[in-house]
Amino acid sequence: MSYKLPLGRKIFIAINIPLLIGIMLLSIVPFVHLLAVSLSSNAAASSGQVKLWPIGFTLDAYQFLGQKAEFIKSLGISVQRVFLGTIINMLLVFLTAYPLSKTNEQFRFRTGYVWFFAVTMFFGGGLIPTYMIVKETGIMNTIWALILPGALNVWNMVMMLNFFRGIPRELEEASKIDGAGHWSILWRVYLPVSLPSIATIGLFTIVGHWNSWFDGMIYMNSPANYPLQTYLATLVTAINVKSITIDDLSALQNLSEKTLRTAQIFLGALPIMLVYPFLQKYFVKGITVGSVKE
Amino acid sequence: MNTRTTNKRRLRAELPLHLMLVPGIIVTLIYAYGPMLGIVMAFQKFKPLLGFFKSEWVGFKNFEYVFNLPDFTQVLWNTFFISIMKIAFGLLIPLILALLLNEITKNWFKRLIQTSIFLPFFLSWAVLGGVLIEIFSLKGPVNGLISAVGVEPIMFMGINEWFVSIIIGSDVWKGMGYNMIIFLAAIVSINANLYEAAEVDGAGKWKQMVHITLPGMAPIIILMCTLSLGGVLNAGFEQILILYNPAVYESADVIDTFVYRLGLFDQQYAPAAAVGLFKSVISVALVSLSYYLAYRLTNYRIF
Repeated sequence: MSYKLPLGRKIFIAINIPLLIGIMLLSIVPFVHLLAVSLSSNAAASSGQVKLWPIGFTLDAYQFLGQKAEFIKSLGISVQRVFLGTIINMLLVFLTAYPLSKTNEQFRFRTGYVWFFAVTMFFGGGLIPTYMIVKETGIMNTIWALILPGALNVWNMVMMLNFFRGIPRELEEASKIDGAGHWSILWRVYLPVSLPSIATIGLFTIVGHWNSWFDGMIYMNSPANYPLQTYLATLVTAINVKSITIDDLSALQNLSEKTLRTAQIFLGALPIMLVYPFLQKYFVKGITVGSVKE
Repeated sequence: MNTRTTNKRRLRAELPLHLMLVPGIIVTLIYAYGPMLGIVMAFQKFKPLLGFFKSEWVGFKNFEYVFNLPDFTQVLWNTFFISIMKIAFGLLIPLILALLLNEITKNWFKRLIQTSIFLPFFLSWAVLGGVLIEIFSLKGPVNGLISAVGVEPIMFMGINEWFVSIIIGSDVWKGMGYNMIIFLAAIVSINANLYEAAEVDGAGKWKQMVHITLPGMAPIIILMCTLSLGGVLNAGFEQILILYNPAVYESADVIDTFVYRLGLFDQQYAPAAAVGLFKSVISVALVSLSYYLAYRLTNYRIF
């Protein structure tokens, strides 16, 4: 490090650091505001006084949510979806990536299969025909409508495939000599050495399932089956006025709709906010490898 | 005889590989190829009760119908305009940020900024939509700020020009962290000797950026531009769906939202599928072109 910086450099640093801090605040402050509103009294929140610190601090909104059936139910469906969906997605990624990671000489039909899957990366039937097929296959209004249509993410599969290809052939040959078949090579050799990649793909899959809301909105006939993000989306677009039941009305009188809404949105974002800073390196890896799509 | 037995043995050795592919193939056949075949409905007078096989064929009637809808040209233009703006700013701003962040020498500060900028990327448009609507509402903090300097409150979400700017701006905001990480990785991969040599030659930081950093990043910049070309007809469906309202349809209704309303709201399934097919065909051409360009210009391949 040089001790005497040229003047131009000093000016640059004096501008650069505040500028970057400004951008950083732009990404964080909206969520601080959201939290502040959700913790404020309803009068302060609805009159728009609250900026970054709660006014008339109260936990009422959060306490009310604790007994709000729709919120709790949709949270449960989201958890179920993330759990089941991630397991199925990952299994399909493993099972599909393994055979396709072989050479053409080891697996003669490889090229044909690769094309079969690759086509779907570039061409799709679009929203309406997909909706019709989901309807025809009878999974509407069940959790499977949120899992099966996207059960094989081809982008993730390609990423896994490329990683499998980097595994030294000797590892496979050695276990073959010990009499291992393809199944045990996949489970006992490939997967254990692929843990970082599995973590990367798994995290993107978890976040993807947690964040999806549009599929819930079109495939679920009744709001009772909405996952959390779909429920939040209906709050936000306010098309779901009817779902406030009579029981809630009395409690609502003490609560502005705004504090309640912001509290729910904040809770919908909270799990990710808490977790991603610590797992960032896996996300960064997935992004720079370039094959994981949101 | 001999070749037949080795063939048999090979088939048996490869059998587990075929079996492993079965679940993936079934799911892909039903939910990816199924809808592709389902596209025939775009050429039918489709009735859900009759299904794909019994509905009456009408040729290109559905296409004629939608192309003649008064809003259709506007929707195409909106899609195109919003996408191009998102791509341009969505690449330019992260590029500048990456260059600026690269000048920070303190690692903890760099990481703090990077982590913060990354936050909106991980949140759904349901959450971000809620935040944006709250912030830009009439009594929200943005109007609070501008009224502090004496400007009348603005209905940001209800005025076309403001709304489109918010759509573009918030998309850049959400994707900033993602693209910045790609650019930062490109900067890091530039050979450090080049900078040392430049310093010996007396080149300042600015000249180093112009003559080393930017040329070193050129392949990744070109790659990201070409790859985003393929998505020009995706103007950001979920984002617009959650944020828009009838007051701003004029400027913010894009192909995907148009298909959604036409198909699933008005239940005009076949015309909506026709618009979807129109979009898919153009998209495939664009995506192929973008991958071809990416391959020719930067040697990029997915496999």
